[in-house]
Amino acid sequence: MDILSSLMDGFATALTPMNLLYALIGVLLGTAVGVLPGIGPAMTVALLLPVAMVLEPTSAFIMFAGIYYGGMYGGSTTSILLNTPGESSSVITAIEGNRMAKAGKAAQALATAAIGSFVAGTIGTALLVVFTPIVVEFAVSLGSPSYFAIMVLALLAVTAVLGASRLRGFASLGLGLAIGLVGIDSVSGQRRLTFGQPLLADGLDIVVIAVAIFAVGEALWVAAHLRRTPLQIIPVGRPWMGKQDWKRSWKPWLRGTAFGFPFGALPAGGAEIPTFLSYVTEKRLSKHPEEFGKGAIEGVAGPEAANNAAAAGTLTPMLALGLPTNATAAVMLAAFTQFGIQPGPLLFENEGPLVWALIASLFIGNTLLLLVNLPLAPVWAKLLRLPRPYLYAGILFFATLGAYSVNLQAFDLVILLVVGALGFMMRRFGLPVLPLILGLILGPRIEKQLRQTLQLSAGDVSGLWSEPIAVVVYIIVALVLAWPLLFKAWRRMRPRTAVAVGGGTVAAGPAAGGPTAERPTAERTTAVSPGQAAAADGKTTDANTADATPANHGQEKS
Amino acid sequence: MSIIVGYVPTAEGTAALDRAISEAHKSQSRLVIINSSRGDAIVDKRYAQAQDINEVTERLEKEGIDHLVLQPVRGNDVASEVLEAADKYRAELIVIGLRKRTPVGKLIMGSTAQQILLEASCPVLAVKAGA
Repeated sequence: MDILSSLMDGFATALTPMNLLYALIGVLLGTAVGVLPGIGPAMTVALLLPVAMVLEPTSAFIMFAGIYYGGMYGGSTTSILLNTPGESSSVITAIEGNRMAKAGKAAQALATAAIGSFVAGTIGTALLVVFTPIVVEFAVSLGSPSYFAIMVLALLAVTAVLGASRLRGFASLGLGLAIGLVGIDSVSGQRRLTFGQPLLADGLDIVVIAVAIFAVGEALWVAAHLRRTPLQIIPVGRPWMGKQDWKRSWKPWLRGTAFGFPFGALPAGGAEIPTFLSYVTEKRLSKHPEEFGKGAIEGVAGPEAANNAAAAGTLTPMLALGLPTNATAAVMLAAFTQFGIQPGPLLFENEGPLVWALIASLFIGNTLLLLVNLPLAPVWAKLLRLPRPYLYAGILFFATLGAYSVNLQAFDLVILLVVGALGFMMRRFGLPVLPLILGLILGPRIEKQLRQTLQLSAGDVSGLWSEPIAVVVYIIVALVLAWPLLFKAWRRMRPRTAVAVGGGTVAAGPAAGGPTAERPTAERTTAVSPGQAAAADGKTTDANTADATPANHGQEKS
Repeated sequence: MSIIVGYVPTAEGTAALDRAISEAHKSQSRLVIINSSRGDAIVDKRYAQAQDINEVTERLEKEGIDHLVLQPVRGNDVASEVLEAADKYRAELIVIGLRKRTPVGKLIMGSTAQQILLEASCPVLAVKAGA
């Protein structure tokens, strides 16, 4: 009952005209950036951070929540009409949705994606309401050693499990941690990595780094690849669904939600794996398996629901533990810090009204998105005709303005350019951006927990595994790291059956309830399945299949 | 010698193409079709897709006209692409399609047609849709 009354209070805050307006702005912006390939909710939230500082924290987070959910909706439009996934979690939607659109069923594909996203988003948010307080209760009892272990797990899992190359992932993570180290050591007062530069003593501002990596890096990258043959967009009217479409869609929506939420909530879940799983499951359960690959509505409904439910799931560790698992959540976490709000298990206690207003605004934003997206899909598609030089010039201008306004220091602009160049080089060499941002944001906090642990144990390293939960988490970490080796050895022993069995575990993995240790299994097997379809002989190596996944320059959209 | 036609998959573009084909029949010269985009937007409706181009080439083959279809995407605007092709293929005539515009609309929007008219060194034939 306590939860319900807090949530109602949250609705009361979120439904004030001003906050509704910010929710609407967030939803519109989010959809717009979701539709445009290359720019996404993380970049948008980063660009808006300096602006948001003048707002009430509640209004700012309501707007960010709208952007976050809106990005998920917008991505499906681009996938379906253009066959270019607006973001990594709509890759699957692009497969089946674009075929549907080519077969003249674009309106139905858009409708099932939008309504499915709404259903999944709403159920996901409801699950968030139920589960987050439980996780908080558990998390409050955690000591520094356990907390440290969980953060290590989150960092390693995101780096090792997601993305095509572990080496690149870890390189990016290292960069992020190093940038997070710059400044004065909070315990000893020593200067670290400041190169005698007094302006660096306060550390690098997260806003400046986020803007540089997401906005400047992406803008430079696009500028370097500006000219390309225009793509064909499939014209579409107002989305609608017939009775048959509803009948074929509602089960995939629910199943997609069931896949999406738990994966989103795991420290390395992400939205890609559940969309793969949902697609494979729908293909198996469908009464029309022959339509898959030619535009089956189930193949759009399921994955779209899964990625929205995952988006909701991601907020569980973010709000309950202060652990972000995707780029947008990471930047939102940075926003908490900017407002002087301490993320972590105490967030609900200290900032209850804000958090509940944020959660209530997720319900509201979801409804707004449905209202905005169903009738306006053709209008959103027009955004794709925007000449990119104007778009990116605007982004660069806004990025510069934002970076300067944080501290009114010209030095920050130098940092912006240097780190922006780094962001460009990372895209050039296929380094994922997510581990860097996570390392940057979690780095200082992980260090604090480590310091605390070691101080409590008087410098004894064994203090790190002094709590049982910490030990369990370290075992999971070891499994995550050792998994590829084990998998390789296992495949060498059973070279023929490996692939066939791999297909089977895709369905078996989630049925087993998906505890944390199961995660890598699912990731590896799904990574194999697209290659399986393409090469059919099952001899393709992991590296090849990873390269074959249709990623935009080998990394997730920011 | 050749006839250059600036083609876009719209009513105006088709009108220009129709007229260019009849001119090419008359003078028995080669028809060069230019369909270009700056390529800076992700979607450009004025850039013809493969299916559209196939229909055009089929039609030209049926009519027995010596033709060349160019689709340069080099970041130049369409006017410069047409003018460059006119130079390169020694054009005797450029055919373009024109939209109906009010003088005020013309004042605000720059025009590809205007640039071609002003800068071309050969006669330019401007065609309107439905004429």
